[in-house]
Amino acid sequence: MKKNGYARAFRAAFPYTIPVLTGYLFIGTAFGVMYQEKGYNFLWAILMSIVVYAGSGQYLAVNFFAPGVSLFQVIFLEFMVNIRHIFYGLSLLERFRNMGKKKLYMIFSLTDETYSLFCITKLPEDVDEDKFMFAVALLDQLYWITGSAIGALAGSLIPFNAQGIDFAMTALFVVIFVEQWLTSDNHKPALAGLGAAFLCLLIFGSENFILPAMICIMVILLSCRRSMDGEVTCHAD
Amino acid sequence: MPISPLQSLLIMLLCSLTVFTTRAIPFLIFRGNKEIPPVIRYLGRVLPPAVIGMLVIYCLKGVSVLAFPYGIPELMAVAAVVALHVWKRNNLLSIGVGTVLYMFLIQVVFV
Repeated sequence: MKKNGYARAFRAAFPYTIPVLTGYLFIGTAFGVMYQEKGYNFLWAILMSIVVYAGSGQYLAVNFFAPGVSLFQVIFLEFMVNIRHIFYGLSLLERFRNMGKKKLYMIFSLTDETYSLFCITKLPEDVDEDKFMFAVALLDQLYWITGSAIGALAGSLIPFNAQGIDFAMTALFVVIFVEQWLTSDNHKPALAGLGAAFLCLLIFGSENFILPAMICIMVILLSCRRSMDGEVTCHAD
Repeated sequence: MPISPLQSLLIMLLCSLTVFTTRAIPFLIFRGNKEIPPVIRYLGRVLPPAVIGMLVIYCLKGVSVLAFPYGIPELMAVAAVVALHVWKRNNLLSIGVGTVLYMFLIQVVFV
């Protein structure tokens, strides 16, 4: 029974990860192609997807493999591109708390997509929650590694026009947004996130809006705590 | 390879540590079995919907409404995903149909 725990968890997790499978195979492939064009073969692409494991982070990192790039710049830019990830752990402190040795990997592998799946996925019955979450995280990274290997090996040979396939990721977030909307009575946090990000995009432009958006979201959530928190507020609005 | 393998590995390692740091910061601050302050619990509850809203915008940040095709394919595909999902509540169906529609729109209709 105990031994079956993982097999069961992976079987249960797989269907939930299929949207990420689709998206990661293709955006991972795009990364592999870009990296390979810089002169790094598939082994390098696989290594990078194992040790870094970040979508936009790896796209950006491809530019660092050039003479004369300052290491400080590498750290600073990489940090800024991934700064949104600081938010994610705040919702998972307790769920990861008792995961023991797996906890480090859970934190390491906390991408946008994996985090999103944790936000909506209702745990299937008869599955250990920790093992299920671990399975989701590991499957997602395997898709990403596979995608980057494919891109580096055969990017130019892809037999059909895949332009626009990365919309799968946008669609995934839209679906999760709708799902949260339909299952919650309190839509203010969702609207705060959507609205603050949109306004900051208009004001600061697509390259610089995430940090201001995060600050706005924090300020709104903290200053409107009474009306934001579904458990405190009544349904009067 | 534009730089040496050793330099490449160093850059990769720096990226890895930096990305990991962004993900680990909350866990470093609230380490061990310390009691999590109520305000952080509150943020943990309300942040996911707000962050997902932000990620939707993040994915669409490159869309230009001032140049052809004026963001119309994105608008149509997102609308289709929302409508389909409200109607059927099937993740794979909503994502699959939305993605195929988007690919069709940008490859065939708005060229």
